[in-house]
Amino acid sequence: MQRRHVVQYGAAGVGAVALMLGVGWWRVDGPGAPKPAGQRPLPLSAMDFRLTDHEGNEVGPETLIGRPTMVFFGFTYCPDVCPTTLSDISGWLEDLGNEAAQMNVVFITVDPARDTVEAMAEYVGYFHPAIRGWTGPANQIARAAEGFRASYERVPTEGGDYTMNHTASVFLFDAKGELVTMIDYHEPREFAVPKIRRALTEYVEGAT
Amino acid sequence: MSLLLLLSGTSTPVFAGSEDVVVENAWSRASIGVNRPGAAYMTVRNTGEDTVTLTGLTTPLAMMPEIHETKTNAEGVSSMAPAGEITIEPGQSVALKPGGLHAMLMKLQNPMIEGETFPLTLTFSDGGEVTVEVPILGIAARGPES
Ligand SMILES: [Cu+2]
Repeated sequence: MQRRHVVQYGAAGVGAVALMLGVGWWRVDGPGAPKPAGQRPLPLSAMDFRLTDHEGNEVGPETLIGRPTMVFFGFTYCPDVCPTTLSDISGWLEDLGNEAAQMNVVFITVDPARDTVEAMAEYVGYFHPAIRGWTGPANQIARAAEGFRASYERVPTEGGDYTMNHTASVFLFDAKGELVTMIDYHEPREFAVPKIRRALTEYVEGAT
Repeated sequence: MSLLLLLSGTSTPVFAGSEDVVVENAWSRASIGVNRPGAAYMTVRNTGEDTVTLTGLTTPLAMMPEIHETKTNAEGVSSMAPAGEITIEPGQSVALKPGGLHAMLMKLQNPMIEGETFPLTLTFSDGGEVTVEVPILGIAARGPES
């Protein structure tokens, strides 16, 4: 049993290195080549990834352009931050009511190994019906995170399982796919809801 | 415990402090099956005169219950790790709440079903224990009042 865990960690390590090399290549030569702004997410139109939504549809950044968008990274095995954020988002959407009806709301997993399309479908079903779940191959998840400047990391836990560290902020884009602003983890509703209203109404040209 | 009782040789309580611990507003979220870990939240209040130290958890619901702490760094990245022992000064309380300290319930033995409850025992460094019945709310619950 102990030995099997060691072997599994070994394999995960090789995978992690391969993933890092992939991300590294993409960062240097690909469309994610460094920008002076550094941490600022790209416009959706400058991102490039292919994922699958929880209903099995092929999706990508272009799916989101044309409507205001809210994006959050997480994983369904998260016991604390992700269910809290998804219920916060559900509460914001309820506050906004019809105003938010035309909004894209997407939960992108950082744990595609466990978060299959079926797992995402069941999970998002417990929250606001507007919330879509996106998953896909590990390299495409990495490209998505790179575009949003989100980070994540697999961390083994004592029991032989693992958890994921991940960016907990919610990203807000306007209908043209330009970043409006971000909502920090557990930001009070009285700050979060006006930010979403801005994404719904404002066509941002430059910085926030 | 039994050793302490033998040594003290009396029926007077051997606890120093933990008998004055009060647990309030406990709640948890329903789970999907048993593969994902659960979490429980509560306020642990020390109403006594002595400092108490919360050292661990036990529950028939989970083989590996542990106190964890979620932290979010300046870059907005959240991570979670065992919190170790938690000291509560006299008259103070510690809140286990979403995004901070929580009772992490790993290796669930049964699914956590909305509307049911489960017993969670907090163990203290003086050998005392406090057991609380934790209500299970919906997966999207935000707290005991919602
Ligand atoms: Cu935890």
